[in-house]
Amino acid sequence: MLVTEQDQLKKDIAEWMEKLGKGRDALLPILQQIQHKYNRVSNYAMQVVADALGIHPVEVYGVVSFYSFLDDRPKGKFIIRLCRTISCDMAEKDKVARQLENDLGIRFGETTSDGRFTLEWTNCLGMCDQGPALMINEKMYTRVTPAMVQDILEECRSTFGAHSLESRLEALS
Amino acid sequence: MITTQNTNKLTYSTITPKIGLTSALSKTPTEVIDVIIASQLKGRGGAGFPTGMKWKFAADSSGDIKYVICNADEGEPGTFKDRLILTDYADLVFEGMTIGAYAIGSTHGLLYLRGEYTYMRSHLEKVLADRRKNNLLGKDICGKKGFNFDIEIRMGSGAYVCGEETALIESLEGHRGEPRNRPPFPVDTGFFDQPSIVNNVETFAWATCICAKGADWFKSIGTDKSAGPKIFSISGDCEKPGVYEFPFGVSIAQLLKEVGGTNAKAVQVGGASGICVPASEFNRKIAFEDVPTGGSIIIFGQHRDMLQVAKNFMEFFVEESCGQCTPCRDGNAVILRGIEMLERGECTTKYLEELCALGETMQLASKCGLGQSSPNAFISIVKNFKNELMGRAPQCACHE
Ligand SMILES: Cc1cc2nc3c(=O)[nH]c(=O)nc-3n(C[C@H](O)[C@H](O)[C@H](O)COP(=O)(O)O)c2cc1C
Ligand code: SF4
Ligand code: FES
Repeated sequence: MLVTEQDQLKKDIAEWMEKLGKGRDALLPILQQIQHKYNRVSNYAMQVVADALGIHPVEVYGVVSFYSFLDDRPKGKFIIRLCRTISCDMAEKDKVARQLENDLGIRFGETTSDGRFTLEWTNCLGMCDQGPALMINEKMYTRVTPAMVQDILEECRSTFGAHSLESRLEALS
Repeated sequence: MITTQNTNKLTYSTITPKIGLTSALSKTPTEVIDVIIASQLKGRGGAGFPTGMKWKFAADSSGDIKYVICNADEGEPGTFKDRLILTDYADLVFEGMTIGAYAIGSTHGLLYLRGEYTYMRSHLEKVLADRRKNNLLGKDICGKKGFNFDIEIRMGSGAYVCGEETALIESLEGHRGEPRNRPPFPVDTGFFDQPSIVNNVETFAWATCICAKGADWFKSIGTDKSAGPKIFSISGDCEKPGVYEFPFGVSIAQLLKEVGGTNAKAVQVGGASGICVPASEFNRKIAFEDVPTGGSIIIFGQHRDMLQVAKNFMEFFVEESCGQCTPCRDGNAVILRGIEMLERGECTTKYLEELCALGETMQLASKCGLGQSSPNAFISIVKNFKNELMGRAPQCACHE
């Protein structure tokens, strides 16, 4: 990891703690912020948070590993989560899945080599009346058809430059 | 924004915010609890505990601070009514929490919103800000001296088990979402071991309606044991999936007629944790005393393979089990392997019986509601669709 990124991370964590509190119950909100901005909660981030909250890093790791929206490993800028639960399954989520794999050139559980997209399964998104449903980062897409996949990916690609960590760090230096 | 396309007229649309709260504040906290008890409102999150009693326990319990927690984790497969309620009627939900706070003597409210619903957070924050501006939250609410209460939103991070109230509290405290032993119950040992009420989104919204329209109005709807209207999430094989309100006691057949799903072969009531009702029992009623549900109704058309349905549910539980206790952690995996044997046509009758017995053990021996109810769907599908499940031709490798 770049030194600048470590410094930035430390600064961010300190800021978030000011806002979110320094008690144990601030842990999840802080981790969510880290995940949101850095797309992962690295070992380094876990150490910094543990020190700041006065708990053991293993405690932090235990929490990160429990929740499916927190990741210690690097993932793509856009995490595509396709619902595989029953209503979306009946609405032919498999066809959408196949098209996503084809257009991204990866399988579920993988990240594209350019680091843009990660493809994952998820459980019921609460959109069962409008399946198949998928979520890209925080945005929901409903009634997705295989033919829509290309447009959805293009929409992500067009926002990639503006929000990437690289460009944020460039702006910083 | 996501809009629900199909719905019928919801009572919520007829309730003006602030009326329920004003009415509650004109009473003493004890009187408010008595109104909720008299209404016979039961929790809408699935378990159906009487809400008024829960509030009374928390009111009677002593603590430095008390908490009102709204469970907006909505992770049960096939459930999305809380999404609509939070999107369209958030005022009624926050108002119900405020009424609950007044009733039990709480100053601090928390809405635990599932991570999947992050997209609606800014909308909810705006509703909260407006309520603060209008003195419906904050200090001396509605001019009631000394009644101070505010609500904060906390996010989940993708774990179904966090909908279980003690796991939810663990999660709020910054831990893994692993359910606690009960008792003690949250009403005396809740968030940070303080008295806390945890209620579903819909439950709070009904509490507001009850304060606005009276306990008698509420009680006059529904059945003797299941009072009031209920909001349903209906999906699967039907013409008009969506969010609907019906009185408790509605038959499955009536529901199906309303949404254009009369040709169904079976209906899963209560989500993955619920039971699968075959067409021959569509005259059964949705109510705590017959077929209970937190609101999830999933319709299966004639062409659906019920083994695939059971498999989908079991995969869900294998993944979402927190792994704390053996019956659930291992039991779900064993049943899933059994389903795969059925798929391949390799399961003996005797082994199928053993799997059902294992399911019954899990219902008894699991620590929380997840493991206690995860075998329900499998057991009811085996019971009702045995011929469809058994004696399958072995699948050849070329299908892989
Ligand atoms: C695995 C599991 C998941 C649950 N998920 C939810 C949920 O998403 N929303 C909810 O309100 N209750 C859920 N419950 C029920 C809660 O534990 C609790 O009973 C409920 O929030 C109480 O509110 P009520 O009395 O208003 O229904 C779940 C229970 C279990 C065992
Ligand atoms: S029943 Fe399952 S989810 Fe509940 S505590 Fe046991 S392992 Fe965890
Ligand atoms: S089943 Fe896919 S959103 Fe509920």
